[in-house]
Amino acid sequence: MLEGLFDPRRWEITLSSMDGFWNGFAFTLQVVIAGLALSLVLGTILGVFSTTRSRVLRAISRVYVEFFQNTPLPVQVFFYYMAGPRVLQAVLGAASPVRLSAFAIGALGVGLYHAAYISEVIRTGIESVPRGQMEAAQSQGFTRAQSYAYVILPQTFKVILPPLCNQALNLVKNTSVLALIAGGDLMYNADNFVSTYGYLQGYIMACVLYFVICFPLALLVQWLEKRSKERPRAKNIPGITPEPAKEA
Amino acid sequence: MEIFTPANVSYIMQGFLKTIEISALAIVFSVIFGTILALVKQYCTGKLTIFKWLVSAYIELFRCTPNLLWILFIYFTVKGNDVFISVLAFTIFTSAVIAEIVRGGLNSIPKSQFEAAKSQGFGFFASMRLIILPQTFKTIIPALFSQCTTVIKDSSYLAGINVAEFMFSAKVVMGYTSDLSQVLLLYGFVFLLYFVLNFGISLIVRAYQRRVVAA
Repeated sequence: MLEGLFDPRRWEITLSSMDGFWNGFAFTLQVVIAGLALSLVLGTILGVFSTTRSRVLRAISRVYVEFFQNTPLPVQVFFYYMAGPRVLQAVLGAASPVRLSAFAIGALGVGLYHAAYISEVIRTGIESVPRGQMEAAQSQGFTRAQSYAYVILPQTFKVILPPLCNQALNLVKNTSVLALIAGGDLMYNADNFVSTYGYLQGYIMACVLYFVICFPLALLVQWLEKRSKERPRAKNIPGITPEPAKEA
Repeated sequence: MEIFTPANVSYIMQGFLKTIEISALAIVFSVIFGTILALVKQYCTGKLTIFKWLVSAYIELFRCTPNLLWILFIYFTVKGNDVFISVLAFTIFTSAVIAEIVRGGLNSIPKSQFEAAKSQGFGFFASMRLIILPQTFKTIIPALFSQCTTVIKDSSYLAGINVAEFMFSAKVVMGYTSDLSQVLLLYGFVFLLYFVLNFGISLIVRAYQRRVVAA
């Protein structure tokens, strides 16, 4: 079952063939960055849509979120991989199926999937700050920009940041879906190594490398969650807050 | 070529049933193990602190590595039939997630409940079983159900190790045709069934939340 786990020779061979792992690691990071950028942009747009007064925009956002949250990411990625090229061919009228690179499928896959989750995060963030806050801030003499900077946005970010980082963490883990379509990411390279050599060490190396990316994110989430539970304290804003009274 | 023949449809639906079977078993085992892990992480202090650290390490490890990694890992190291392997793989990492959910629930129970139980002469296990855990589960049911949805969705990763679940059987059938409209129809069918199942669960959660909030 776990034979050869502590065999030094197997570890030596594993460590000497780390090139594939590093290539996969770099590829995974690229997909993470592109996927994160796509999901942040699209998620913010959809999140704002769901808080507007327009019924059409709200419906678009709702349908998108429900579809992507309730169907599996692997099925979506298989769809882009197997049917995507021919659908594009039919749509664009090209002579042959339009090939999609593994990078495009990966970034598109996790990006579209997590955009649905991020949209919900943004929506709750926007809804969490009552409209009265803006009125209250302005009645205290803040300009509109100052109200956003000192009153509205700090409260929004406090609510948004922990779940947002949690989504980033899930997005990193979900890029492993590329291994199912031979995408050349970290998981795929590790699996390749294991099936070539038959050494369990390949999975352990992949485990370590994923952990290296995800653990700092998990710590960040914990820290942000703790911080968001703290009571707000008055901040000293030069020119706005009065000088603290000196103790007599 | 027509792909929705009775034989094909019944083959795909068997895959669908297998998806449900694996997910249901995995959830049941994960709730049991996850609760145990949560109790250890929450209450093992003093001489037993070492167990608390071990459980924390376990939870962090599985929270920070992809599901697919553990599916492949278990497939490579454990021999057994496909349902056993799948349920085992899903249980080991879903328990880590559920442990955190249960711990969140435990933290939401007021301290006075523990003190009241103690003052009435309940021991640790009796107060857990009769007083604390029933209240905990009442608060975490929405989170548990949304974890069910996650397990159902993630079970499609099992297509990667050739377990004949829903996605895999649909892929097998898809291999018989090169007609694009048939392929799209089949994908539509797969998306629809996953959607109905998961959306149904989320509707149940919303109804439950409304009832609890209203009560």
